[in-house]
Amino acid sequence: MSYFSRRKFLGKTGALLSAMVAAGFITSSAMAADYPTAEVNTTGLAVTDDTVTVGILHSLTGTMAISETGAQEAEKLAIKQINESGGILGRQIEIIQEDGASDWPTFAEKSRKLLVNDNVAAVFGCWTSASRKAALPVFEKENGLLYYPTFYEGLEQSKNVIYTGQEATQQILAGLDWVAEEKGAKTFYLIGSDYIWPRTSMKIARIHIEKVLGGKVVGEEYKPLGDTQFGSVINKIRLKKPDVIFAAVVGGSNVAWFKQLNAAGITADKQTLLTLSVTEDEVLGIGGENLEGFYSVMKYFQSQDNPNNVAFVKAFKEMHGEDSVIGDVTQAAYLGPWLWKAAVEKAGSFDVDKVVAASEEGDIELTTAPEGYVKLHPNHHLWSKTRIGKWNKDGQAEVVYTSDLIEPNPFPEGYQ
Amino acid sequence: MNFVYERFLGGKSGAIAIGVLALLILVVLPLALDLFRLNLVGKYLTYAFAAVSLVLLWGYGGILSLGQGIFFGLGGYAMAMFLKLEASDPESTSIQTTPGIPDFMDWNQLTELPWFWIPFESFTFTLIAILLVPSIFAFIIGYSMFKRRVGGVYFAIITQVIAVILTVLIVGQQGFTGGINGITDLRTLNGWDIRADSSKYILYFINAILLLGVIMVSKFILTSKLGQLLLAMKDKEDRVRFSGYDVSNFKIFVFCVSAVIAAIGGAMFTLQVGFMSPSFVGIVPSIEMVIFAAVGGRMSLVGVVYGTLLVNYGKTAFSETFPELWLFLMGGLFIAVVMFFPNGLAGIYNKYAPKVKFLKPLFDKPVQSEKKSATKIESEATTEGAK
Repeated sequence: MSYFSRRKFLGKTGALLSAMVAAGFITSSAMAADYPTAEVNTTGLAVTDDTVTVGILHSLTGTMAISETGAQEAEKLAIKQINESGGILGRQIEIIQEDGASDWPTFAEKSRKLLVNDNVAAVFGCWTSASRKAALPVFEKENGLLYYPTFYEGLEQSKNVIYTGQEATQQILAGLDWVAEEKGAKTFYLIGSDYIWPRTSMKIARIHIEKVLGGKVVGEEYKPLGDTQFGSVINKIRLKKPDVIFAAVVGGSNVAWFKQLNAAGITADKQTLLTLSVTEDEVLGIGGENLEGFYSVMKYFQSQDNPNNVAFVKAFKEMHGEDSVIGDVTQAAYLGPWLWKAAVEKAGSFDVDKVVAASEEGDIELTTAPEGYVKLHPNHHLWSKTRIGKWNKDGQAEVVYTSDLIEPNPFPEGYQ
Repeated sequence: MNFVYERFLGGKSGAIAIGVLALLILVVLPLALDLFRLNLVGKYLTYAFAAVSLVLLWGYGGILSLGQGIFFGLGGYAMAMFLKLEASDPESTSIQTTPGIPDFMDWNQLTELPWFWIPFESFTFTLIAILLVPSIFAFIIGYSMFKRRVGGVYFAIITQVIAVILTVLIVGQQGFTGGINGITDLRTLNGWDIRADSSKYILYFINAILLLGVIMVSKFILTSKLGQLLLAMKDKEDRVRFSGYDVSNFKIFVFCVSAVIAAIGGAMFTLQVGFMSPSFVGIVPSIEMVIFAAVGGRMSLVGVVYGTLLVNYGKTAFSETFPELWLFLMGGLFIAVVMFFPNGLAGIYNKYAPKVKFLKPLFDKPVQSEKKSATKIESEATTEGAK
């Protein structure tokens, strides 16, 4: 039985229906007949009488492979579960996987291959903003549909993309409000890697700190991607003594950043640190002991205690190994196939235009997402709750704060 | 006519080789492949420009540059800047704080177009810049190194360092360059939609014809006295110097020529792929270009095109079939080439094809001529040295 049932169709209408769904073929044969291929696919997609093909496009090789592995595993898990519960419109989902190889042009090339050659009905993929920016023109030109899982900088809303991670304001504002209220923070030190996501995030953060919270930014610093020398920044932080270090350092730099902070004696008992860029996946590399007591602001933590999440974590570990961890993006990637399923069933068609139109009506919701209830906004982003997690030595976070459901706003007025 | 035949095509075997290549990329591939695959081949052929530039520089000149990505990138960025400005008209960027400037500048709080972007509003200027900027840059690098007789492995390392510096610069100055994302979402060239199917065909053919043209010009250079001197310099630089030639000037010249060739490839790349990013400037692409040349045969202008096509085809095919294993297969391919075919595809052809009966007539004396002339100069130099 699936965790997510489309409410209208499966609902909780008792054991009989569940048994039929579990049996799979009963529903699938019944439903496929209800939806003849000629009707659900008028645009030449790879849909047959009993299958529909989708693409998964993440980096399996190169520097991003570590981060992106979780996302593609989660997407495969979701697709497996959907198939076990009868598929979509009576069709089993088949996957064509491509490797983006941590190389942005490759993402564009493989997107084109998936859309033009394989005619996939949807693609679940991309991780970095750079890979999304490279693939985006292809999706718009070929009218494909991309489910993008990463929390990102916003400033984008494409007809051909559904963003299942948080945009910048959802993640940042709630985090800053919490730290201002809970810790009485007035002075902030902003530090990030030097590219578009940290820059945009810090821009939003600075405006919010100065105009809304009445606080002060005492330092703002960007380090080149991959940089591992944080000595000078740490000295400046010592000098300025900010109430909060607000960090968005990514990739390999993250490991050096937290280890050097720790070595310099800046630990959680003396310093509050809130980061936008550490999930359970990153902790594996950084080491829980270097993070203990610091805070991350995310929409999902693996330790979340609700029935959906317990089942999700169990299924994920069964499929991908007991040692695997689940970070924010992994969970967001897991939502992609389910959101697509809901939209396709609502539209009664796999055609991209119809699926997008159904998605834009603003009433597609998942009651059983591991993170809790989410709803798709007409602007292609998700309503979601933001959470603050306090890291433990064992690499898991304890959720210390959960916000209300936050409306996504990729083009925040007054924050640009 | 005979002059063209001998000098631009390189005699009978050279003319046949170029003819076969022209037949393949102008007729066979466009007929055999669908548009998606043809567009991929078009992309590979832009890398072939860099590989051809390495035949001049490395194969004949003996100067190993691990920084051809620099020039490929300069050409590509020049074209991308022009296309981006055209795509950023005030109407389509009205959502920005400052309409009319490229989107990434707006995200980085720039409020007006930087001065060095302004000339790129002109297409003529852009075309000139694609040729001139890389050659000036190559001249500065070449002049400062070859005049000081920096060569060999030191030259290779320095070019590699410059490639890294340029990447860091582009990534760091993201308000001016688009940073790690690069310059994306390019649409039209003087109002002509470069993303349309028909334009893809046209661009492919322009690219293929340019490549053949570049090969012929390179052939012309190599069959001239300069080409023979290059080869002589590679074998015994001191002897050429003692014969009264200014070695460094020839080196600077060939370095500049190779830079321009790589830059043309970069510009065509941007047109066909629709964006440019720092990932084509750094060490990895630069070394890949050397690999293309090595696999194809670094002494063969035509061979490196096949080398480029083979390696990239392998990359695409392996990664589509074995998404999790393909890097190992590529590694295996490179090891096999280096171990068993040190002269690349061209080496295999030259070694075995003459033994096949029906291919024999394709070969004539000129196959040996390059070697001969090199030894001739060398023997002259030897005699002079002996005096």
